[in-house]
Amino acid sequence: MMWINIGAWAISAVLLGWLLFDAFRIETSYDHDLLVSSVEGEIEKEIQDHMHMQTPAGGGS
Amino acid sequence: MATEQVVGPADAAAPPQRLSLLRVLGPMHVWSLGTGIVLVGEFMGWNFTVAKGGIFGALVACWFSGILYSCVAMIDSEVSSTVASAGGQYAQAKHILGPLAAFNIALFIIFEYCMLAAGDALVIGAIINSLSPGLSPVPYVVLTISFLAWLNYRGVHTTLTFNAVITALAFISIIVLIVGSEFWNPGSITQTTLLAAQPPGGVDPKMPYGWLGILAALQFGIWYYLGIEGTCQTAEECRSAPRALPVGTMSGLITLLVAATLTWYICTSLVNWITLGSSVYPLYDAAVNTGKRYLVVTLWIGTVLSCLASANGCINDASRAWFAMGRDQFIPRWFGGVHPRYKTPYRAILFLVPIMIAFGYTGLLDQVITFSIISGCLIYFIMPLNMIRFRRLYPMDAIRRGYISPFHPMPSIVLFLFVLLTFVALYFGYWRNLVAALVFYSLCSVWFVLHRFQYVDRAKLYTMPWPRPKGY
Repeated sequence: MMWINIGAWAISAVLLGWLLFDAFRIETSYDHDLLVSSVEGEIEKEIQDHMHMQTPAGGGS
Repeated sequence: MATEQVVGPADAAAPPQRLSLLRVLGPMHVWSLGTGIVLVGEFMGWNFTVAKGGIFGALVACWFSGILYSCVAMIDSEVSSTVASAGGQYAQAKHILGPLAAFNIALFIIFEYCMLAAGDALVIGAIINSLSPGLSPVPYVVLTISFLAWLNYRGVHTTLTFNAVITALAFISIIVLIVGSEFWNPGSITQTTLLAAQPPGGVDPKMPYGWLGILAALQFGIWYYLGIEGTCQTAEECRSAPRALPVGTMSGLITLLVAATLTWYICTSLVNWITLGSSVYPLYDAAVNTGKRYLVVTLWIGTVLSCLASANGCINDASRAWFAMGRDQFIPRWFGGVHPRYKTPYRAILFLVPIMIAFGYTGLLDQVITFSIISGCLIYFIMPLNMIRFRRLYPMDAIRRGYISPFHPMPSIVLFLFVLLTFVALYFGYWRNLVAALVFYSLCSVWFVLHRFQYVDRAKLYTMPWPRPKGY
């Protein structure tokens, strides 16, 4: 049973290690301003535009 | 339109581009998120309603909470079909109630889901430990969170498709139990009448403590549905949020109403109310009482899958709320980072992993879950105010909605009153936890107002192309 526990620890370490490695790679390869460039308003604009086109009287209830 | 291209170091000379979360989700993914987070509540937790309210009291709590969450789903569907942004209720409150309410709601969301994820992982550890004392629970708690964080990091589509599969399997395990216990032939395996009968000189198992017992049961009734409001966290990642969110949320709620009632029926027909009221895994215990080995194995698997689905959805939701706060600089902007390849809020996911593991490491399942429930109820407390103000600021002709909540303001009023009643029940059972949570959130609010808010760029806070609110 001890080996199964060690196996669980090992898989966890590999997964977390991969996450940290990938994050480090991204942080050092990309510009910070690009990584935080996401903006909230864009999608709402698309949705509003889409709904104006799709449903003149709004949705259903 | 948001740019979806991967921009690498070699593209440094290219014109500036923008990263955004990937819009790939449909109603099925929204359903899997809402139902997946919640379905674990049918496998454990709800049964404490039986200890407080008896067999009928548990059913009243089940349907009472069903009404409460129907109101939550209706309100959520309308508002999030217009404020389709990561962060869900946080983004809604930001635009409707203001920054402080939004900050608090985001904290409620994050703690609700972080604690729930930790609780789910703790249960998985305990279930594996129950196979053999040699299997220590801690490595499996850490493995659960690590694996699901890895999955969430790699992409939302795979994460929620995986959730859809395991949630459906967990739901099917309940149906298999119902069919396997031959519900159409009462008395052969199910003992509904016998178990509900009052023994000579004993208390009536139907309502042992009367209406007061039912009031006490309400705090556990929300286990049946807690977390369904998390569907709107995916709003920014839906292909068509005005369609996917209402369809996914409503179908999820219907699934849960059916699952909750079936669970109540089969458990009270197979397990004595006293045993049921203190059971850790009520559906599993019901399967054991059938005497059929395949049902025991099926429900064991169903319990594990429901925990996995719940923790998976919780990581998804908590990270979106944290990401949205980062994007608005309610916390350092750094947390609003998007992975250039997987298009996930990878910094938020990474940041929350050690927090969830730490809560899981404590082993304090009851405390972790209670804090989660209190945080969830605080969200429901603000939602009616949000909805009423939303309709006042933006009447029906001001903004088009993907879904229009019927009978407004009745759902808001009903939700407010029902949450108030649930808080009363919570106060009787967990007043220390409730007070501690309120003190904690109040201190966080003080920090936000006195310190953090000065860093928020208010010009960039409201970016939605909405008309000017009525009265402003």
